[in-house]
Amino acid sequence: MTNSTPPILSVRNLTTSFRTERGWITAVDDVSFDLAPGETLGIVGESGCGKTVTSKSVMRLLPEHLSRIDARSRIFFRETNLAHAPEKVMRTIRGKRIAMIFQEPMTSLNPVFRIGWQIEEALRYHTELNSHERRDRIVEMLRLVEIPNPEKRIDEYPHQLSGGMRQRVMIAMALCCEPDVLIADEPTTALDVTIQAQILALMNQLKEKLGTAIILITHNLGVVAQVCDRVMVMYAGRAVESASVAEIFHHPRHPYTSALLASIPKAGGKHKGQRLHAIPGIVPSLFELPKGCRFQDRCDYKQQRCVDEEPDLIPHDIEDHPVRCHFPLPAKPTVNGRPIRPHPVP
Amino acid sequence: MTTRPVTSNSDGPLLEVRDLVKHFPVRGGVLNRVVGKVHAVNGVSLYVNHGETLGVVGESGCGKSTLGKVIIRLLEPTAGEVRFEGRVITGLSHAEMMAFRRKMQIIFQDPYSSLNPRMTVRALLREGVLFHDIVPRSEVNSYIESLIQTVGLRADAADKYPHEFSGGQRQRIGIARALSVKPHFIVADEPVSALDVSIQAQVLNLMMDLKERLGLTMLFISHDLKVIEHFCDRVLVMYLGHAVEKLSCDNLHAEAKHPYTKALLGANPIDDPDDRRPLTVLKGDVPSPFNPPSGCPFQTRCPLVMDRCRVEMPPLEDRGGGHRVACWAVEGEPSASS
Repeated sequence: MTNSTPPILSVRNLTTSFRTERGWITAVDDVSFDLAPGETLGIVGESGCGKTVTSKSVMRLLPEHLSRIDARSRIFFRETNLAHAPEKVMRTIRGKRIAMIFQEPMTSLNPVFRIGWQIEEALRYHTELNSHERRDRIVEMLRLVEIPNPEKRIDEYPHQLSGGMRQRVMIAMALCCEPDVLIADEPTTALDVTIQAQILALMNQLKEKLGTAIILITHNLGVVAQVCDRVMVMYAGRAVESASVAEIFHHPRHPYTSALLASIPKAGGKHKGQRLHAIPGIVPSLFELPKGCRFQDRCDYKQQRCVDEEPDLIPHDIEDHPVRCHFPLPAKPTVNGRPIRPHPVP
Repeated sequence: MTTRPVTSNSDGPLLEVRDLVKHFPVRGGVLNRVVGKVHAVNGVSLYVNHGETLGVVGESGCGKSTLGKVIIRLLEPTAGEVRFEGRVITGLSHAEMMAFRRKMQIIFQDPYSSLNPRMTVRALLREGVLFHDIVPRSEVNSYIESLIQTVGLRADAADKYPHEFSGGQRQRIGIARALSVKPHFIVADEPVSALDVSIQAQVLNLMMDLKERLGLTMLFISHDLKVIEHFCDRVLVMYLGHAVEKLSCDNLHAEAKHPYTKALLGANPIDDPDDRRPLTVLKGDVPSPFNPPSGCPFQTRCPLVMDRCRVEMPPLEDRGGGHRVACWAVEGEPSASS
């Protein structure tokens, strides 16, 4: 966490629950993080780990009758606590100060309105611009996200655009009010690799140009490595590790992070034909969470203590690298660049 | 029912495809006439040897799934022929095809929609086994239970329904279903794309084990070159229905010649924060297969485009060692392998 500048977004003890037929379940459990101005924070985890719920809680986009954000939760955007702010306050922030890009460019645009109209909505609501100025601004935004022929495209419907173009429109829409924070929820997951490369290049460019702080939610570790400054790893509703991107990739301390990194096939075919390091088992159901560590059933280093008590998210012996594990992997490599096991594998 | 051993024709390749074409008609207008066609597969040839795994890679809409489906005749080809164990199977009658159906199976991409939600796992697996008389009736149940264990599920999974399983477990059921009739050849159509990373590794490991243990031959379709590189022996790169490059997976990064293959390799974000580099960015989108460009299909996005590319389709030329490239721009260069 940067000490010099105060964070623009500061989330403390975020706990979000949903009402289901089987009672309330907690999808995000006591998650805290800071986002510095201009920083890119990656939130990484597999489906169901709570990364999307975290972002939607920050935006307060969850249905009120089915979900609740715990009373202890604090979501500070500058000095405003958004966690329980009235809808009136949220409307001045959502889309203007904090904007969001969703995963599915196919379904997050309204098919019956022209894209220009859809981008204009935010400008109409949040700015004093007249209709000509708004149109100019939209054309400028479309040009910024490198849509060819923006004067013509502005009057087209979503179905006339390709998947990559629609995601560009979503980005233009999110950025048109120059927000301080952009939340991108799996922005490239639905796209082909060559289009993903285009969108990532664009996001990097815009970050430099506009200085927007970004929360990038993804399960693609390659994307994280290329784009993020800091990373928070989530598992079954908990933040399990948080550190700079270099620390996460080179010295992961949570067994889950380390196993996740080991499970992706390496480019260059160095380990071709060898078995991948799969993580055994599956993510526990939120209805039947174990008493101790949530990763215990899949962990190579499980001890009795992991079954009995859940570890806290604490910096064990280095600052800025909290881990939720009783027996974290060592901070730095020791012999021949390989970490020494903190305790024997059972 | 022919149950000849796999070695019946071991001198030639197990599967050979020649100039396969698949066009889908597009209807429109008031009279619903055919107004054009989608060029899904445009003259693709390939072979797969016994025990080999051929990868097919390309972006969405490049025709890779259509190719897989035409090969096992879930779709009828517009032109071209498919040879399996030395016999041409395109044009065989329904009855004649039955023997081959058993030998060729497919694993689908989406483990959520490819299993009938109203059938238990046992019922799902039993259908093919009974139809093709794989084991005597009295042994069907124990055979199914051993299959379930082979793919790493607990034996009590047999009487559960698909919704009771996670995505990875469902994909294991899909694999068990494909294996249930003891096939010689499997088309795996993006078998891990719908799964989480940690589960992907589990399923890939399982497929690797089974391949080795059962000596399976596979056509592995994926959009992820990293997975293909890890899993396959050779790869065929497709773009807009055309095979643009065929090469061995052993040294993909050094050997790849076609600008599209290079772009695919370069577009994959590297998982090392110390190795940040601008990703290879191709301009524009894949053209529509309804109205493909003239000449080389890749000319609209190619960084090396020349006048010749706009008018003439480059042939898939042999560059030695089974490496074939369809590109005018790399034609003169010496091959790295020779």
